[in-house]
Amino acid sequence: MTALKKFISGDDAVAEAVRLVSPDVIAAYPITPQTVVVERLSEMVEDGSLKSEFMHVESEHSALSACIGASAIGARTFTATSSQGLLYMAECLPYASGGRFPIVMMNGNRSVALPWSIYGDHRDSLSQLDSGWIQIYVEDAQESLDMTIQSFAIAEHQDILTPVMINLDGFLLTHTYELVTIPEKDIVDSWLKPLENKLAMDFDNPKNMAFSSQPSDNTEFKYQQHIAVENSREKIIEIEKSFAKVFGRSYGGLAEGYLYEDADFIIITLGSVTGTCRSVIRDLRSEGVKAGLIKIRFMRPFPVKEIIEYTKNAKAIAVLDRDISFGYEGAVFTNVNSALSRNNNISLKMNYIAGLGGRDISKDSIREIFKELKEGLIKKPSKTVKFLNLNVETDDNINEEKDNIPQHKSEGVLLWS
Amino acid sequence: MVRLALKVLGERTITVVPAGCMSAVGFIYPQLCFSNNAIISTFPGTASMLSGIAAAVKAKGHKDVHVLGIAGDGGTADIGLQALSGAIDRGDKIIYICYDNEAYMNTGIQKSSLTPFGAKTTTTPAGENIRGTLTSKKNMFEIVAAHDIAYAATASIGYVQDFINKVYKASLVEGPSYIHVFAPCPTGWGIKTDETFEIAKEVVDSGLWYLAEYENGEFFLNKNPKEFTPVENYLRKQNRFKHLHDEDIEQIINARDSKWERMRRQWNNK
Repeated sequence: MTALKKFISGDDAVAEAVRLVSPDVIAAYPITPQTVVVERLSEMVEDGSLKSEFMHVESEHSALSACIGASAIGARTFTATSSQGLLYMAECLPYASGGRFPIVMMNGNRSVALPWSIYGDHRDSLSQLDSGWIQIYVEDAQESLDMTIQSFAIAEHQDILTPVMINLDGFLLTHTYELVTIPEKDIVDSWLKPLENKLAMDFDNPKNMAFSSQPSDNTEFKYQQHIAVENSREKIIEIEKSFAKVFGRSYGGLAEGYLYEDADFIIITLGSVTGTCRSVIRDLRSEGVKAGLIKIRFMRPFPVKEIIEYTKNAKAIAVLDRDISFGYEGAVFTNVNSALSRNNNISLKMNYIAGLGGRDISKDSIREIFKELKEGLIKKPSKTVKFLNLNVETDDNINEEKDNIPQHKSEGVLLWS
Repeated sequence: MVRLALKVLGERTITVVPAGCMSAVGFIYPQLCFSNNAIISTFPGTASMLSGIAAAVKAKGHKDVHVLGIAGDGGTADIGLQALSGAIDRGDKIIYICYDNEAYMNTGIQKSSLTPFGAKTTTTPAGENIRGTLTSKKNMFEIVAAHDIAYAATASIGYVQDFINKVYKASLVEGPSYIHVFAPCPTGWGIKTDETFEIAKEVVDSGLWYLAEYENGEFFLNKNPKEFTPVENYLRKQNRFKHLHDEDIEQIINARDSKWERMRRQWNNK
């Protein structure tokens, strides 16, 4: 196999994967930081290297609505969005999954307004965790390409028939250039079979689709949908194994464990921050600290078994959430905690809210987290949920020292001013 | 109206209907009313779904297929207007029929932007202070025509042959086409079911609705009555207009006359 190597961004890598997969219909609306995907695909259609129907839709709602229509008659479909765009198409998300339309969508993870921010966090996609889509989070550009190709195999698997959302961290991944191996098209063509959807419309045997259901039937439809996603776990792993056999790369199934076997302290991540954590863990290991990592690759279906297995020897864990469910905790932490309710050996479970609106998560901060886990085993922290590197004083401090209210350097309105 | 359109277009038609009366009544599993391929769209998504289907029909190489959307006035002129505009702009081969019963009827008679001046709805009640709807009907036909669409027409279910002819004409168009059909709702308008046809005819005869076409960049009047039947007769038959004062009716007549003055001056007769 003579694969091509190119120095490209995460967005480019997704576009290259889409070219290899050749959907029948692509409908997408531009939004930062996904725009490059739409531009590249348009160029590929123009130069004839991509034979898809490219639809210039007037909104994200229409992008997904058009994909649902195209998918209904058996077409392979792709769309891409981010943040506000994902929220604007939100009505169509459960529509696509409820109708079992095997659409693939790339989402460039970006914060949601207000305040406006074009920079990354996971609040957009995690807010749609219950929309019925399979959710993948990737770490680098190569994984973006490989998982975009695999997304079609997952979504279109006749036992799964569930749309897949592949998430790339805005800018950190969408706009960072890396060396990416691009497989040959004929090899992708022979690995990814053409879509033959038994549920699609048929002129010889017409179907009425996307219907209403009565209370007597609705639960059964939802149950089938749930079972399809629940049972997709094994198939996702099989698909990855088969991909690895042909293309030589694999990423660890639903969740990857890294130096976890003997780890006392484990950090749990989604997406691009995983790379930073790996580097810190290697440093800590050389200093004799038994640090480890779990990279969650699929938020749905959730890797329950893997998380229990990989943490079975851990004393303390920290979940890094680029997300916050106001009034509670990060959504990833909630999910991890729910899985770990069956593992009583872990003395300390901490949730770090970090990287909101594109704030860097530094190696020093990660080190600090591991330090706090270690200290926390001796003296339990008063709070489970901590905002990493908070620039304003915490509520606790304010209550303690009312006279020493810090002056925030921006002109934003502070609640206590 | 749906039956007639499908008779013209045939079995290889894919029908899209949004949330509304038709989908609420005829599209409940396992009792599904269309014998052709059909799908419910989201409320704002009739035209975008049509567009996606049209793109997929092209990509899959299906021949002799019609892609037909049938949406109400709210689904077309309000929540679905953006998607409709986008689909027309893209030039997709779709047929879009708006059945205009002048309010959100499925949810129980609320004002839409196609509810005419004076009409009483549950969100524009007629009381001592406000006499029903204060705004006039959005001009969907000309809004669609302003996209320079390949074919657009108005119709009424009171003039069945004219409607059938227009559906047939739309089926021959290579790009998008739009037919705006006047379709009374007995419940919402306070008329008897067997008066539907008569009211749909009378609205045209009284000049409150018109039969027209837009093609090759020009407007055509299909019917240009020398004399209109009395507007008052049309309005007084319907409960939704019962509360109107004489000056309200005069205002409706004046609006009608100025519209016809403009149409007669600018549009061609056919």
